Amino acid sequence: MDKNNQATHLKKEILIKTIKAFLSNDFGENTRLIPFEMRPKGSEVPYRCCIYKEREILRNRIIASLGFTMEGADDRVLLSSYAQKALEREKPDEHTLTVLELACKGCVPNRIFVTDLCQGCVARPCLENCKFGAISIVNGKSQIDSSKCKNCTKCIQVCPYYAIVKLVVPCESVCPVDAISKDEQGHARIDFDKCISCGKCVSVCPFGAIHEKSQIIDILLKIRQGKKVVAMIAPSIAGQLPCNIYQLKTALLKCGFSDVVEVAQGADITAKNEAKEFNERMQEGAPFMTTSCCAGYNNLVDKHLSEIAPYRSETKTPMYYTAEICKQKDPEAVTVFVSPCVAKKSEALKNPNVDYVMNYEEMGALFVAYKIELSELEPTPFEVESSREGRNFGITGGVAKSVEAADNGKSEVKAHLVNGINKESIRALKGFAKKGECEFGNLIEVMCCEGGCVGGNDCLNTVRTATKSINDFTKDSKPIAE
Amino acid sequence: MNKIKVKLCMGTTCFVMGASELQELVDILPEKFGDKVEVQCATCLDLCSSSSEGQAPYAMVDYTVISKATVESVINEVERKLKNGQE
Ligand code: FES
Repeated sequence: MDKNNQATHLKKEILIKTIKAFLSNDFGENTRLIPFEMRPKGSEVPYRCCIYKEREILRNRIIASLGFTMEGADDRVLLSSYAQKALEREKPDEHTLTVLELACKGCVPNRIFVTDLCQGCVARPCLENCKFGAISIVNGKSQIDSSKCKNCTKCIQVCPYYAIVKLVVPCESVCPVDAISKDEQGHARIDFDKCISCGKCVSVCPFGAIHEKSQIIDILLKIRQGKKVVAMIAPSIAGQLPCNIYQLKTALLKCGFSDVVEVAQGADITAKNEAKEFNERMQEGAPFMTTSCCAGYNNLVDKHLSEIAPYRSETKTPMYYTAEICKQKDPEAVTVFVSPCVAKKSEALKNPNVDYVMNYEEMGALFVAYKIELSELEPTPFEVESSREGRNFGITGGVAKSVEAADNGKSEVKAHLVNGINKESIRALKGFAKKGECEFGNLIEVMCCEGGCVGGNDCLNTVRTATKSINDFTKDSKPIAE
Repeated sequence: MNKIKVKLCMGTTCFVMGASELQELVDILPEKFGDKVEVQCATCLDLCSSSSEGQAPYAMVDYTVISKATVESVINEVERKLKNGQE
């Protein structure tokens, strides 16, 4: 599905309004009024059955943007009380995603369905081939008894008229690890023991029913309390907005952040350490090594692919090193990772040096709420300038290239890129681990999202233009190996 | 005949609300309509300040404002204008 669809548009609109409410003089009341402002009395009802349901779903979305879980939430609690509770919270919630039951309901479960194209033929191959006796003929046409159907799709394959189709639940079919499925009531449920926080279900749900729990209010509160809040911007950010990273720094400072540092700085450390590790492993005769900077991939290995764990680099992520530098410089600083994806939220929850995560959508909403016109801003320099390779980390192939550049000819590097985690690439990775070899290369770079971090679920720009802007920007940066 | 002027807003609000997709029009429009159109990416057209950000991204086709602009809706407007101009 296209990135710029109405569901993401709606989510961003809500983020902007929630932030505006926070910045106003009555957060609680102005939050309570958002659904009424968006669907005023007598306005048209674009998506749902009536204005009341529209408003209720908007209310649910606002609760998620305030950072709360929707599963099992209490309908009776006013939005103003949620706003208040968000201000009292000390730590962000543990799981990164939440499903809005109310928004989810419109979607039929995965099933096989006979369309009107059925000709009621004499041969009846569907009836003949169904092993479960799920097909019968009603009024001369085939019909499927869903209580007997096992979704084997045999009938689809044999129908000469292509009259039988499989209705899919988008979130279920996109999830690479089968962590989301419908419960008896037909609502999608996330199994957090399996979930790798890849964010694919968030992007794909046509009802926008899966939300990231935002930490934006927590961050803004820390700023308001006068804490030193440091923004650590991920390398992929360079292609996200119509400005350069120096103007972006100015914009973040205007929003109250005390400092802005490039995570590319940490990426340089990752590349160097990983190159060293790669060289050692190869000398010890290891068949291959995989990268370890993608949070989605790390979750995958930890939860589902333990067999490949010995081959995964022990090197820490760019976010890890950057946060460590920030905390060493000022232990009192509140660190915020500015992120292209939800997976980094799960990584941050496990790292005490990273206090919060703000994704690109949330950052964009913040600029809109503050009415900041990026292109007009003066640039602010960074204390430490990162290398070209570190700044390219967010593009598929970028990590492998940096490791190769940092290795500087010491080892023989042959990169193999896994550009996107899905059922197929998981199977391939399993195969490499099982065989103890990878015929395509000895350095396997794994990116959970297609295109790399620029394809993250929270990105604002298209992969193509974002990649191009990063390339234009980094070609003049200094090389890593000097 | 005067060229149709298309302005795509790449201001902060419009970009955050989804103008990134509109950048494709810089290539698509000349391919489709040749020199009958002139397209340009603009900084904030100042439409976002007067109404809700919910209506962004904006584009302008001559003097017609398109809210919640998409690649499709901009193309349609250009086509409509071209047709009317020929009559
Ligand atoms: S940003 Fe597009 S009109 Fe202001």
